[in-house]
Amino acid sequence: MSFEPRFGVVVFPGSNCDRDCLYVLQDVLGYAAEFVWHEAQDLSRFDVVVLPGGFSYGDYLRAGAVAATSPVVAALRRFAAAGGLVLGICNGFQVLVECGLLPGALVRNHSGVFRCQWVHLRVERTDTPFTRLYAPGEVVRMPIAHGEGRYYAPTEVLADLEARRQVVFRYVDGHGQPTAEANPNGSCNAVAGVVSATGNVLGLMPHPERCAEATLGGEDGRRLFEGAALWVRERPHLRAEAVG
Amino acid sequence: MRVTVARDWAAAGLREDEYRRICEALGRVPNPTELRMFGVLWSEHCAYKHSRAYLRTLPTTGPGVLRGPGENAGVVEVAPGLAAALKVESHNHPSAVDPFHGAATGVGGILRDVLSMGARPVALLDSLRLGPPSDPGSRRMREGVVGGISHYGNSVGVPVVGGEVLYEDCYTKNPLVNVACVGLLSTRDLVSSAARGPGNSVVYAGARTGRDGIGGAAFASDELDASASQLDRGAVQIGDPFAGKLLIEATLEVLRTGAVVALQDMGAAGLTCAAAEMSARGGVGMVLHLERVPRRERDMAPAEVLLSESQERMLLVVRRGHEEEVLASYRRWGLCAEVVGQVVEERVLRVLSDGEVVAELPPALLTGAPAYRVREEEPDSRRQLRSDRLRDLPSVDPTEALRTLLRSPAVACKRALYTRYDFMVQLRTVAGPGGDAAVLRLLEAPPRGIALSADGNGRVAYLDPWAGGAWAVCEATLNVACVGARPVAVTDGLNLGNPERPEVAWELAGVVAGIADACRALGVPVVGGNVSLYNESEGVAVYPTAVVVALGVLSDVRRALPAGFACEGDLVALVGASGASLGGSEFLKVVCGRVAGAPARPNLHLHGRLLELLVSCAEDGVLRSAHDLSEGGLAVALAEACLLGGLGARCELPAELCSGGPAQALFGEGPSRVLVSLDPGRYEAFVRRCRDLDVPVYRIGRVGGRTLGLWGAAGDVEVPLDELRVAWEGAL
Repeated sequence: MSFEPRFGVVVFPGSNCDRDCLYVLQDVLGYAAEFVWHEAQDLSRFDVVVLPGGFSYGDYLRAGAVAATSPVVAALRRFAAAGGLVLGICNGFQVLVECGLLPGALVRNHSGVFRCQWVHLRVERTDTPFTRLYAPGEVVRMPIAHGEGRYYAPTEVLADLEARRQVVFRYVDGHGQPTAEANPNGSCNAVAGVVSATGNVLGLMPHPERCAEATLGGEDGRRLFEGAALWVRERPHLRAEAVG
Repeated sequence: MRVTVARDWAAAGLREDEYRRICEALGRVPNPTELRMFGVLWSEHCAYKHSRAYLRTLPTTGPGVLRGPGENAGVVEVAPGLAAALKVESHNHPSAVDPFHGAATGVGGILRDVLSMGARPVALLDSLRLGPPSDPGSRRMREGVVGGISHYGNSVGVPVVGGEVLYEDCYTKNPLVNVACVGLLSTRDLVSSAARGPGNSVVYAGARTGRDGIGGAAFASDELDASASQLDRGAVQIGDPFAGKLLIEATLEVLRTGAVVALQDMGAAGLTCAAAEMSARGGVGMVLHLERVPRRERDMAPAEVLLSESQERMLLVVRRGHEEEVLASYRRWGLCAEVVGQVVEERVLRVLSDGEVVAELPPALLTGAPAYRVREEEPDSRRQLRSDRLRDLPSVDPTEALRTLLRSPAVACKRALYTRYDFMVQLRTVAGPGGDAAVLRLLEAPPRGIALSADGNGRVAYLDPWAGGAWAVCEATLNVACVGARPVAVTDGLNLGNPERPEVAWELAGVVAGIADACRALGVPVVGGNVSLYNESEGVAVYPTAVVVALGVLSDVRRALPAGFACEGDLVALVGASGASLGGSEFLKVVCGRVAGAPARPNLHLHGRLLELLVSCAEDGVLRSAHDLSEGGLAVALAEACLLGGLGARCELPAELCSGGPAQALFGEGPSRVLVSLDPGRYEAFVRRCRDLDVPVYRIGRVGGRTLGLWGAAGDVEVPLDELRVAWEGAL
């Protein structure tokens, strides 16, 4: 029997890209995937857990702040510590920084308003489980849709992040240059996506699930999910460890 | 029970003859609570008293129509076994007082109307009419309205895929905020709002009831006075998109259990309206126990609970014995849910509060407000405006006029506005805002799709109501056909002034006749709609504004056509009506500073053939782009096709298109005109199709280069695309 990765898509009250992520994983990519209710306390049956976009708990207080205190996030900490793959998209990224699984903060866009548009990203690292199918320095196109996506961290934290090569995606123009105009929200160092020091937790503001099919205008997001699936397939022994 | 004193009918918003009618039908005097219930249910907003007689003339049936007007939303089949629910609604009065929350709750309300049919909402469109952006108040208004729609739509996860915004002085004090929603459902999941089955339970679900929005429906049925923005704030509801999202998910989950007999949103006039309408539609009665209604505030009077317009609430009729599973689903999503009453056979709405009867009324009487028809009269001033032949227009440089038009707020690029809406969530958006119509794929029936467009030109309707109504139908259906979709249904939002004035009655009659005639000629039914009257303040009414939202079906979304030019070397042709007029045009307004003349009247039969031509050509891959001519006429349409495609064009107008003079040829407006581009190798086949369908076609030029050039009797225009782009994109 072949070893197939199992994806869990967390549903917080107010998540609104949960169905989109499940559709891409199941129907577009043919993976085993299911919803995980926000009260779940055990994630060990999954290889990859996706925190989808949306407005969890209405984003009241601060985006992602309430979700960060939910039971599933406590389970997520254990899951991540055991080496499980975690992908936070948009609001999912906000939850990951709020609960401390990723450094920094996501604050109000520089423009002060919500923005939905396509952006260019430069892939800064291809040695992570999620980005291994991209070429180093490749420029890809993905949509963003957020009002609070400006990545912020104090100077020393930023310097540390850069030194450890934790910035995985950066907003750039079509030529791969991180210009001010190409930065849609005023993020520090044009940061669009960050990986944990351990490499297994990735958060990004752009929506890879919205660009997994040519009909919707692009397929650059697809390889993110495919990369994670491939990484899991190559490591059947890790699942046993995580469960154990 | 307390009894009313004679003057109370006026405070409740009723007329004296209405009050007498109620007393006669009841055989007694209504108590104060009952009187307030009549006040809101017999308001113009709830009862369509002045519009009902006209609305009856609209064609509402067709082969694919599963539900027409009278339900919370129209429902039409879009693929075998798959249906779309469609509805437009206005939130004009609340938005005037509180633009952000007024617009936001407008979104919430229309979502729940579509949800009430058992459909998952998949798309929103907004149609806005505001004062000119040069006015700081109107800019703040725009900021608030767009912010409110963005706030609710983005959070609730329903994409705003299209819309329009037009600006006129008449909307400065009376902004129009119309929002349309489309939902999808399997035809076997269609539910009704008709309460049935005595003994079944009445379930309240959603957010708690507070004192907000009390009397909102009555407020929406009145003119706004200067102090409205201070005094009526309590009549504006506050929306909570988070609760709205939970309500959608929980309700769809509950519907899957099969335990729900009927459901309806508690919108205008809240619990009273939902209970009365559901009972009346089902020919049954209801007993309600108000003390069981979840509340946000203490010491609310029965009338306050009955009339509150707190948002994010639904009323359901649940099969007896299945209450617990329904309540459990809602509670799992963190919402309130309580059994608040029972369906009874006796046709009475009996409301108890702590065991005491506070109201006891026949549902059919509550929903049976009288219909009025007022004398209609066209004002002389309007006749004069329309008969203006526009002979004394100044001569203008066509290039400068084109730049001015591209900069005008009606024409300028709306990117800065629509990118504030999430138009991609739910993974259906094949073509979002910015084109002729939005295109959504149907994941349930690939490769099919639906197309949506909202249109309506109030200025045209002001000069000629019939033309304005018919034109709105023509433009919405044409936009949908331009992407290759066959129009299958429309929903209409009518926004006018005080209908008790003969002038407004004349406008209403004309606009509805125009919509009815156009829909009948095109074979496209009106499956629902909304009427908002009393949009006037200090004696100034808005232009009679009919917003028509068309729904079309594409057999294959991969063949959807863009509006912009696609390939160097393609031929450019103009198809459809040859007639255009400067009457009521954008050119006349922004270049000449006048609103006058006779707008072109549509040829509805030609329009039907043009729709057929576009749909068949898109399906067979004959065309590469199609863009309808709208504000600014041919010259602006050409510029837009160039800018959207990033390609220039060189065109020459044939003499027969220039007979009305250069300005009319370049900037004249009229329905049923489309700019297409196609591979030169396909041109002969295309012309043959045009001839077969008897649709005029004029070959006017070729795609290519980095400039837009236009030569001929109409005068010469040659502008680099970059310059056009600065004018078009720089305005907002």
